[in-house]
Amino acid sequence: MNREGGPVHLRGTCAAPGLALGPLVQLGMATPGSGHAPLAPFESPLGAGEPIRAGGDARAGAAAGAAQLRSAIEVACAELALLMGRPHENDAKALIAFQIAMLEDPVVSDPAFAAIARGVPPKQAWRESLALQIDPYDSAEDEYFRGRAVDLRDLRDRVARLLSGAAVVRLPPGSIVVAADLTPSQFLETVWAEGGIALTGGSANSHVAMLARARGVPMLIGLDPAARDHRGQALLDADNGLLIASPDPGTSADFARRRRTSQSGRGLVPTAPAVTADGERVLVMINVADATDLHELDPANCDGIGLLRTELLFRELADLEDEERQFTAYARILEWAAGRPVTARLVDAGGDKPIAGYSVVGEANPFLGLRGVRLALRQPRLLEIQLRALARAAVLGPLEILVPMVTVPTEMRQVRDALDRAVAALMAAGVASARPRLGMMIEVPAAALTCDAFAADFFSIGSNDLLQYVTASSRDSLPLAALQNPMQEAMLRIMRQVLESAKLHGVPVSLCGDMASDPACVAGLLELGLRCLSVAPPALPLVKAAISGWRRG
Amino acid sequence: MSQDECASQALGSTMLTHERGFHARPSIMLTQLAKRFSAKVWIGLSDCGPWTDAKSIARVMALKAPQHTTVFFAAEGSDAADAVGALVKLIDSDFSSSIES
Repeated sequence: MNREGGPVHLRGTCAAPGLALGPLVQLGMATPGSGHAPLAPFESPLGAGEPIRAGGDARAGAAAGAAQLRSAIEVACAELALLMGRPHENDAKALIAFQIAMLEDPVVSDPAFAAIARGVPPKQAWRESLALQIDPYDSAEDEYFRGRAVDLRDLRDRVARLLSGAAVVRLPPGSIVVAADLTPSQFLETVWAEGGIALTGGSANSHVAMLARARGVPMLIGLDPAARDHRGQALLDADNGLLIASPDPGTSADFARRRRTSQSGRGLVPTAPAVTADGERVLVMINVADATDLHELDPANCDGIGLLRTELLFRELADLEDEERQFTAYARILEWAAGRPVTARLVDAGGDKPIAGYSVVGEANPFLGLRGVRLALRQPRLLEIQLRALARAAVLGPLEILVPMVTVPTEMRQVRDALDRAVAALMAAGVASARPRLGMMIEVPAAALTCDAFAADFFSIGSNDLLQYVTASSRDSLPLAALQNPMQEAMLRIMRQVLESAKLHGVPVSLCGDMASDPACVAGLLELGLRCLSVAPPALPLVKAAISGWRRG
Repeated sequence: MSQDECASQALGSTMLTHERGFHARPSIMLTQLAKRFSAKVWIGLSDCGPWTDAKSIARVMALKAPQHTTVFFAAEGSDAADAVGALVKLIDSDFSSSIES
């Protein structure tokens, strides 16, 4: 335990090399023989569903139980198929295919259905049935077969979770996960970014270790169990078998430097421009929410700022009313970018990002309400202030304006008119200004489907909102996580259509949603024809590495 | 099932050369292939059994057959000979076709 606040060194064995830096996330999980018990704070906010009642009519109960298990198995298959649909390494595909095949095998599920018919509750019946499969693997002599026990527990828990109605456990991106062991599903469902894995148990031959090595996620196994007591920021030095909890600032800075060097040493040269394996240049820009993000970043690592989230830069009404303050902020960012393009998105308040005194309070469904350009056009004075500040900053460097939540062409026209008026007024007053190019976010399906009808200088696909509007599923809904695969066919078709239309009209397209930061999605996006991605800064090395490994098929 | 009574039988065997034996990917490919035939297909590690269902991934993986094991197939049904032939070919090709195909 470390109550004093000094750094604590915890030893383990390297299963996948690399260095990670991030918050420790303590994850409880199923261990052999125990129930599935995720610890707070990753417990489903929804809690467990209705358990099956041992009702008066046992036969009806058994029939309902069998139906429940059948449906849980079907949903589990669907979830796995969705996972399979995402671009993964061959090993991951084989693992998922194995789990699906086991789920579809009556030899696996028949004992459970038989037990349910005898009156055993479905979850218990399923667990006991899976134990018949798992136990022989646990005691196998061959290490490979022993490793399959983990895959089968993963499968057991997936179905058990569906039977109890509990939501899928999703880890926050960039975490250093401390757990006894980790299931392959958990690994695949997590955005690792700069995060890592620290297991008190585990095996270097597990699927997770294999996947971690393939993805470049640092991983320790056999870690000192004292690691379970720590929280907060930590450094994972898998190369040296070390987890450092509560590091002091000096150690952290040294570590960050070492990590940068080791990344370049491994060929993930962040400063080099991104080029595909067959030599095609891909622009990799960054998403910026806070100017302080930029202090630690070398602009040479990226091709510019693809998305400047101004609603996070200016979080108060007073900021929105202050042209000078905005101008100064844009000027600083352009200075940092040193000649690289900066795309500033107009304040995108509303939805989950309210600004007191600006966005509307008490909407029944804020994501479908007054947000983005809808709100901006209702506050013409504040819109004018932002457009003036941007036009003034545009003389300092290549600044572009991006309009959020556009649905119909009128909205773009209105913003364009407002921009023209603002620039004309500035020029008339003799204030140095330039007219930035005006682009639009493609995040509302209506705009995506009719994008050729909009007067826009460029498009930026906002895949997060597009995904939630295309699938009619909120992105913070854990039980709907299975609907949130950004590479599903509907998304691919709609993005393909946007790209084709844009190509026809000579409009440049980029993508700035989370999927651009997911190395597993990069190949798919390049295949669609995208050549400009805007990513979270920590994802830069991995996204560039994914690009350099891709070639036109 | 009733066709089985007038159906043919087939037997075959071959040496498993895959470096990991029947690990997940080969087992999936084998069971998927076996399921394409209407014949009942069994797999065993000796020519006199015990035989196990070659269409069940759980059963095939449970054999834990390592590299250099001789694998035996038995089939019964109208396409029994085709089934055994295809399965032997799959093993002889070292599972070179893809899972999806």
